[in-house]
Amino acid sequence: MSARQDRRDKFASRAVQIGFIVGLLTFWYLGTAYWGISPLLLPNPVKVWHELKDVLGSGEYLPDLQITLTELAVAFSISCTSGVTLGYLISRSQYLIKVFEPLLAGVYSVPIILFLPLYVLFFGLGPGSKIAIGTTISFFPIVLNTIAGFGYVDKIFITAARSMGASDVQMFRYVLLPAALPVILTGLRIGFTVALLSILGSETIASLAGLGHKIVHLAEAMETARMFAYIAFAVVIAAFLNTVVSSLERKARRR
Amino acid sequence: MSGLLAVKKVLLRRPALARILVLVAFFLFWEISARWWIDPMFMSPPSRVLASLSSVFETRGVPAALRITFWELTVAFAISVVIGLAIGLAVGLSRFSNRSFMPIILLLYGTPQITILPLFILYFGIGPASKIAFGVSHGIFPIIVTIVAGVQNIKPILMTSARSMGANRWQIFRWVIFPHMIPSFFAGMRLGMTGVLLGVLLAELYVSTAGIGYFTTLFTQNFDPTKLLGLISILAAMAIILNELVRRAEVHFARWRTD
Repeated sequence: MSARQDRRDKFASRAVQIGFIVGLLTFWYLGTAYWGISPLLLPNPVKVWHELKDVLGSGEYLPDLQITLTELAVAFSISCTSGVTLGYLISRSQYLIKVFEPLLAGVYSVPIILFLPLYVLFFGLGPGSKIAIGTTISFFPIVLNTIAGFGYVDKIFITAARSMGASDVQMFRYVLLPAALPVILTGLRIGFTVALLSILGSETIASLAGLGHKIVHLAEAMETARMFAYIAFAVVIAAFLNTVVSSLERKARRR
Repeated sequence: MSGLLAVKKVLLRRPALARILVLVAFFLFWEISARWWIDPMFMSPPSRVLASLSSVFETRGVPAALRITFWELTVAFAISVVIGLAIGLAVGLSRFSNRSFMPIILLLYGTPQITILPLFILYFGIGPASKIAFGVSHGIFPIIVTIVAGVQNIKPILMTSARSMGANRWQIFRWVIFPHMIPSFFAGMRLGMTGVLLGVLLAELYVSTAGIGYFTTLFTQNFDPTKLLGLISILAAMAIILNELVRRAEVHFARWRTD
């Protein structure tokens, strides 16, 4: 395929993508403005835009965003520290890996969101239950990836470093860590994403405050336009956080 | 002393045995702490949960709720597979549509769908339809993405040689693309099943009139941890069985490819 044709192809793909989005927005506008779709089901996009500007301008979102982000930060730091520490300790012996890895992988295959009612029973409707569920759900990818990272370092590197007289600290710093880091970082990224999702989810299901709670609250009040604005806001926040984490991962990997 | 050493030796040789011991220790710890340390309003020992499983089944409406949830899971999974396969093939088989639509699909896959859960309830009602729709919205994207990846990863030389030997489009699909798609298809089904389970259960927990979500809320509000734990274990068992079925299928059908 020639370069010119390739460029034309790329241009056509872009055109299709833009056309898709423009078409979607047009149908949305026409549907709500002229074809009589109930504004309770689908609000006018112009109205959603005004609501969004109002939400952002008034700073009304701040308390909810703060709660959601605090829950996320606490949950992720707990699961990070415990996941990486436990994973490292388990990975120090092939025997422990054989004992614990299948157990952890087995629990990971159960949809942990099932335990949410139990957590609400333990920790109440407040941030406690959200932190707990976020921690539990993000713990497993982190610990499993840490085990995979540290546990399956090529033997030849370890033997070579030992025979050249590396100390334990040197071994960790120059052999184990560089070999394990990419896998661990992937685990941390996955953990972050699922922690965010499960915190938003548990806020949606049972909570007193937070972005997820706000969306549900507006849905119950039938303020659909404002709900759409908040959904857009939450999606952008989530996309932003995920992009930041992914680019951090890529940057740390390249070093 | 020598007895202890012998036990240690056996355990060291058999990690599986040690694994079972860890599980037993976990349940013992749970039993002891739930019996003597923790308020029975919040936690129940596993022995009591096990003994009360039959009473969970006897609670009016629970068997029906489990049936409904199972039905929602199956329907959502079937829809995800059919639509996901169709879209995956349509997008994966042509270079142009892959380039055009894959970014849109990845964008949708990346958005946290949980934020639009209230919309699903608004459009599909609080009955099974909204659970199925939400399950499909979680299950369909991993299936599409894996199938597209699988179709794209077919070695071009296989396609070229088939074409040069005079195979027509259908023959290429039947004898080259189809067998190479099988492993990724089942990998996609496994990921799709995980997604469907998550979506359906999330929607169930959010609002439910007759499904299991209704009963988890009921048991939570009545401070009845025994029945709650019983119901959760039944659901976990259901999830494990469904996951395992799909995983077995994946292993079985990917076996021809040994590289």
